[in-house]
Amino acid sequence: MVDATPRMHEGISPAEVPELELYHPKGWWTTYVFSQDAKIIAIQYAGTAMAIGLVALVLSWLMRLQLGFPGTFDFITPDAYYQFITMHGMIMVIYLLTALFLGGFGNYLIPLMVGARDMVFPYVNMLSYWIYLLAVIVLVASFFAPGGPTGAGWTLYPPQAILSGTPGGQDWGIILMLASLILFIIGFTMGGLNYVVTVIQGRTRGMTLMRMPLTVWGIFTATVMALLAFPALFVACVMMLFDRLLGTSFFMPALVEMGEQLSYGGGSPILFQHLFWFFGHPEVYIVALPAFGIVSDLISTHARKNIFGYRMMVWAIVVIGALSFIVWAHHMYVSGMHPWFGFFFATTTLIIAIPTAIKVYNWVLTLWRGDIHLTIPMLFALAFIVTFVNGGLTGLFLGNVVVDVPLSDTMFVVAHFHMVMGVAPILVIFGAIYHWYPKITGRMLDEWMGQFHFWVTFVGAYAIFFPMHYVGLVGVPRRYVEIGESAFIPPSVQDLNAFITVAALIVGFAQMVFLFNLFWSLRYGREAGGNPWRATSLEWQTPTTPPPHGNWGDERPVVYRWAYDYSVPGAPQDFIPQNDPWPQKAVAGTA
Amino acid sequence: MVPALILVLVVLGSILFHILSPWWWPPIASNWSYIDHTLVITFWITGAVFSAVVLFMAYCVYRFRHRPGSKAAYEPESKKLEWWLTIGTAVGVAAMLAPGLYVWAQFVTVPDDATEIEVVAQQWQWNYRLPGEDGRLGKSDSQLISFENPLGINPDDPNGQDDIVIEASDLHLPVDKPVKVLLRSIDVLHDFYVPEFRAKMDMVPGMVTYFWFTPTKTGTYEVLCAELCGVGHSYMRGAVLVDTEEDYQAWLQEQSTFAELTDLRNVAEEVKP
Repeated sequence: MVDATPRMHEGISPAEVPELELYHPKGWWTTYVFSQDAKIIAIQYAGTAMAIGLVALVLSWLMRLQLGFPGTFDFITPDAYYQFITMHGMIMVIYLLTALFLGGFGNYLIPLMVGARDMVFPYVNMLSYWIYLLAVIVLVASFFAPGGPTGAGWTLYPPQAILSGTPGGQDWGIILMLASLILFIIGFTMGGLNYVVTVIQGRTRGMTLMRMPLTVWGIFTATVMALLAFPALFVACVMMLFDRLLGTSFFMPALVEMGEQLSYGGGSPILFQHLFWFFGHPEVYIVALPAFGIVSDLISTHARKNIFGYRMMVWAIVVIGALSFIVWAHHMYVSGMHPWFGFFFATTTLIIAIPTAIKVYNWVLTLWRGDIHLTIPMLFALAFIVTFVNGGLTGLFLGNVVVDVPLSDTMFVVAHFHMVMGVAPILVIFGAIYHWYPKITGRMLDEWMGQFHFWVTFVGAYAIFFPMHYVGLVGVPRRYVEIGESAFIPPSVQDLNAFITVAALIVGFAQMVFLFNLFWSLRYGREAGGNPWRATSLEWQTPTTPPPHGNWGDERPVVYRWAYDYSVPGAPQDFIPQNDPWPQKAVAGTA
Repeated sequence: MVPALILVLVVLGSILFHILSPWWWPPIASNWSYIDHTLVITFWITGAVFSAVVLFMAYCVYRFRHRPGSKAAYEPESKKLEWWLTIGTAVGVAAMLAPGLYVWAQFVTVPDDATEIEVVAQQWQWNYRLPGEDGRLGKSDSQLISFENPLGINPDDPNGQDDIVIEASDLHLPVDKPVKVLLRSIDVLHDFYVPEFRAKMDMVPGMVTYFWFTPTKTGTYEVLCAELCGVGHSYMRGAVLVDTEEDYQAWLQEQSTFAELTDLRNVAEEVKP
């Protein structure tokens, strides 16, 4: 057995740099609205993300109603259907998942977990949120613009995205979409620089990189990736906006639309796809890595056991982050790019399965010989593993170039990416909210509502997306308003679709229970105390709960150990906080 | 121990669903049965891994659940175990990747005797062009597209005059003859997708893409568009008929060449006023 615990507290130098005075809010507005406190900004990010996420949830109901019961709902025209799927996809990937993981959990947890008083650039951090809010408002505005939102699919592939055969293509829809993305990226960059610099520069004494909780590692790596990947989307959006508004031809070849020669010429639609997926694939891991990090900490805390193979876990996060930049064209095997690219991208894509598998093994090996408390966060963590393994494995179908050929653009793909980057990360988000809500509010979320929410969400989501793979195997293409009459599609596929729709409606309603719980427990939840889960990481060791602006009272904590000292033999209790110098006594003046 | 039981049920349910599912791919009608084989191998490997991981989890949840007085073991890492798992995973990945790349090499290597045919997509219909007796397709350019010349065939290219033009109608192919399908779009992205042929490829305006296959079974197969192309996407359907050689020749005799169509349309234009 290798002892990976850096338990000694040598190397913790005395504080040499005096602390800078934080900006202190003077009134209600600067405390709660234009706040520079990362924790308030986190709640603003999370609240906005969940609000727009509700819109995406309703959109998913509408599209499922159409697929389950085609022809029943007159207001779901093909135009409307494509607008629903486009806005659902874009909201979920960018405005909900990215914003909630990085803007929400990143802001709340990074400063607390590394022992900082706040983000290093609080003012820029505040701007980040307000620009994000502006991006969301522009996005929502497109619902009310002439012609409605864009229906180009969340991938926004030109030329159709800006032509009249697509809803919003020649109206305001696509313009507002692109403008909103540009704003989002500007806002994200402000926040993202903060998260990275805070992790690098803002850690408290003793918090070496290899003592950081995996949550911080996950969010940190994801942010670095996002800072590198989002610029590709940014330029793609600007160029497409130019094509649409100024008549440039970055992505537009000479083409004939409805019998009419358009004045475009010489551009490349595939160039857009490369730019989009150069962003789009890392984006998958921008969502996944924070989830990996958080779920590691949930499992470790609630199984009362150190995360198995911490160093391997850190390296796996970093390696996955790096590899994810050279796999993007696996989204483009049948795009018409040079077919020899397939050899390269299939190989890199399947290689990325190895560090990902290591993470899965280490999660389940953390359970092995643990002391598993089946709390709500733990249940969500277990459900994450099930859905992530399922979705990850179907990725091996789609990543393996020749197997992808029959499956690409079918419902199999839809099932795969929902399982792996929809359901799995969202289960982690739920687990994380149940886990950290007591720190944020001082009260526990209600257990019974939590149990109900968990079981319906987990079993229901699995019942939605597992059978959906088989709809794709049959050959049903994705993004079809209705299947129609097809000799190769048995009528029973329609029954399966109806079943999936019913399951989706039920799972959606269960989320209302969750939202109710969030508000109900704020007032009536059980008092949590400072550290209800008996966890080791620093955010649970704050002098007051919820932590006030500045987090730490008079003095920042000093870190003596990694974040995973659970059930250490000989220790007085089954966890040792990171700022506990056991078995040594604290050196005077450092604790 | 409800949670452990439900994890087991998730595995059993998934396996049962897979076995009992009436939903499976339509019978293959091309030479790409290798693709199906690779897919089945992948199903076996991934299914085994999924079941193993989730069942192991269920066991842990049952065996190591919290009871009064229970305490977790303290074991930060195990280099040996981690390496074995890494190597095992790498072997599994290689077992899927190797056949995948082997078949891909065939997929991208078009046989010399393949006949070139062309599919031209537009919002929202399928058009086709077959080489005439010279066996070669004439040059084309989307800027030449007009009412008289819907596929934009270059009228100055002698190879194009005898090309057979099929506008918004069914494509016929002779059975057991390899074809290289050249794909062209005149407006937006489309994707020529016949589920029974397994192969598919996007069509991109401004360039010519391709794939090849050999139809192996006579019959009528549905053509669908598999790349979002606007509001008519779901309704962009067509049909390919794979014929015996005699049927195919009989059908071919009834088709018009580019030169004939041009004459006909010119006459129509003159008659109109």
